Amino acid sequence: MTKDKQSYFASLGIDGRLLGMIGALVALWVMFDLITGGRFITPRNLFNLSVQTASVAVMATGMVFVIVTRNIDLSVGSLLGFIGMMMGALQVHFLPDLVGGGHWSIWIITCLFGVTLGAIIGSFQGWVIGYLAVPAFIVTLGGFLVWRGAAWWVTSGQTVAPLDPVFKLLGGGVEGTLGESLSWALGVFATLAALWLLYLSRKRKLAHGFLVKPFWAELTVGGIIGVVVVGYAAFMNAYPIPARAAKRIYENKGLELPDGGSTLVYGIAIPVVILLIIAIIMTFMAKRTRFGRYVFATGGNPDAAELSGINTRMLTVKIFALMGALTAIAAIIASARLGSADNNLGNLDELRVIAAAVIGGSALSGGFGTIHGAILGALIMQSLQSGMAMVGVDAPLQSIVVGVVLVLAVYVDIVYRRRAGL
Amino acid sequence: MENQTPLVEMRDMHIAFGGNKAVDHVSIDLYPGEVVGLLGHNGAGKSTLIKMLSGAYKADGGEILINGELAEINNPRDARGYKIETIYQTLALADNLDAGSNLFLGRELLTPFGFVDDDAMEAETRKIMSRLNPNFQTFSAPVSTLSGGQRQSVAIARAVYFNAKILIMDEPTAALGPQETQMVAELVQKLKAEGLGIFLISHDIHDVMELCDRISVMKNGKLVGTVRVEDVTDDDILGMIILGKKPMKNTS
Repeated sequence: MTKDKQSYFASLGIDGRLLGMIGALVALWVMFDLITGGRFITPRNLFNLSVQTASVAVMATGMVFVIVTRNIDLSVGSLLGFIGMMMGALQVHFLPDLVGGGHWSIWIITCLFGVTLGAIIGSFQGWVIGYLAVPAFIVTLGGFLVWRGAAWWVTSGQTVAPLDPVFKLLGGGVEGTLGESLSWALGVFATLAALWLLYLSRKRKLAHGFLVKPFWAELTVGGIIGVVVVGYAAFMNAYPIPARAAKRIYENKGLELPDGGSTLVYGIAIPVVILLIIAIIMTFMAKRTRFGRYVFATGGNPDAAELSGINTRMLTVKIFALMGALTAIAAIIASARLGSADNNLGNLDELRVIAAAVIGGSALSGGFGTIHGAILGALIMQSLQSGMAMVGVDAPLQSIVVGVVLVLAVYVDIVYRRRAGL
Repeated sequence: MENQTPLVEMRDMHIAFGGNKAVDHVSIDLYPGEVVGLLGHNGAGKSTLIKMLSGAYKADGGEILINGELAEINNPRDARGYKIETIYQTLALADNLDAGSNLFLGRELLTPFGFVDDDAMEAETRKIMSRLNPNFQTFSAPVSTLSGGQRQSVAIARAVYFNAKILIMDEPTAALGPQETQMVAELVQKLKAEGLGIFLISHDIHDVMELCDRISVMKNGKLVGTVRVEDVTDDDILGMIILGKKPMKNTS
């Protein structure tokens, strides 16, 4: 990169590694699109891609905190399975008897139960790691076995189905989307909110008399965010709902199918909205709360954190509790998407989640990692897998490619960090 | 000075790791506006003794009095509550965070909504740095990218910013060049004039003879003795460190 370009990106405040990841993602998409003859970058495929990414990406945001503090969580896939089974059993076998079948509160109770269960299990694992000083690798390796076994035990291995219809919307099926107008509204709202935050930050810095980015740079950053968000909404709104499903939707609402066929479109899927909300909350937590600051301080230098009066043991409990709660949200998305809960739910997800976080720049040596990086990492991994499946690469070769890419990505990251002097 | 209440009095402190008596029934004290040097070989127990005051270690026994009152120090937070600040030899900086985040680590400035206010912390950091080390200009990069002297200034700023009454400096000049060492010496004089009590741990006898009022020497976990600087020569001190012998002219 020439000096000019470097200073250009520096004034935008975009770091090289983020740029590299976006570049890699775009390159992947264009490559698959060319190979498949234009079938990859279509509204339909990107809709599926974003829905498939949501569950792993939600967990990857939590894994960032885990990895930043030099820990690891190998149990998330199994825990997802266990929580998914528990939530399935609750809403199918217990709640209909308690509140009545098809009651409006079933999905709410189920979700609250799942997230609470996840947080409790997570904090227990965190307690063993933080207070009993058993290494995270061992504790969560144990959890990996325990929760997969426990998932089987919930129903002795039987698949739980069908899940509550409202609950299923959280998985993003034909009806589990925002629809056309809400998608536009979300796109515009998110853009305005981003611009507002940029403005506030600039105002604050000016009030302190700090140097701020040139105005054109702020506008460019805001513009890029706007184009991506509104562009995504537009793309999702360009995905029409198939005629047969549309007919059913009209019939359910007691309406006649309009002349000339349905104009219904998917719009942004609910799991993607959930991911967006989680991403915003987690980013805020990482950057603007004491908890987040302590996570990074502890990852950078545990002794310094301890000497600064940070209770690093309690911090570990909180981090794993958060990881458990996020795993539960991922379990909601994953089981709702399938419409059932089975014993296989979340199988191997721990590896996808860790890979996403690591490709996204979380250093296993601790101290570094970003939420948006982890989500991009999850998207890159999922793009790679979907793309290879679409092209028709054999399954064994798929895992070979994914494995090589993982190692390569981390190597590139190490080289980048060394050059940047971090 | 002896009529005053000591700022700090550590009585009969002891701590052992495994069977090793790292600090073996040691008593020292510190008065306001005074610098007390702690000398001894590596492993003599000086850092360990002082870590019981800063809350990094919990003593097996002994008592700590602050301003004549018994103090309960179980962790670094307690120590900070007694206005005890420590500059560790390792600096205890989170290398991945910037100067402001390190300065306020554990005591972040918050916005009215309870969120971390990075801009306010940067503004405060700029203020104190312009006093301590005007050459310091790197406020948004991780401290790992800073030079040894700059990192030291961050650690010192952190100790000074919060109006410490008692300052512990563990080898504050070990990693510094001559100019920066001079800066630390001036700072010590200034803080002393403001009435702080300072414990200075060092290997360097010249440093200590120049800056300290009294010197306590430790050997093998035991206190050899405490002497006034004006009553002894460099050789007396060396004798205490190496042989563990108190000089004949005992004043303490």
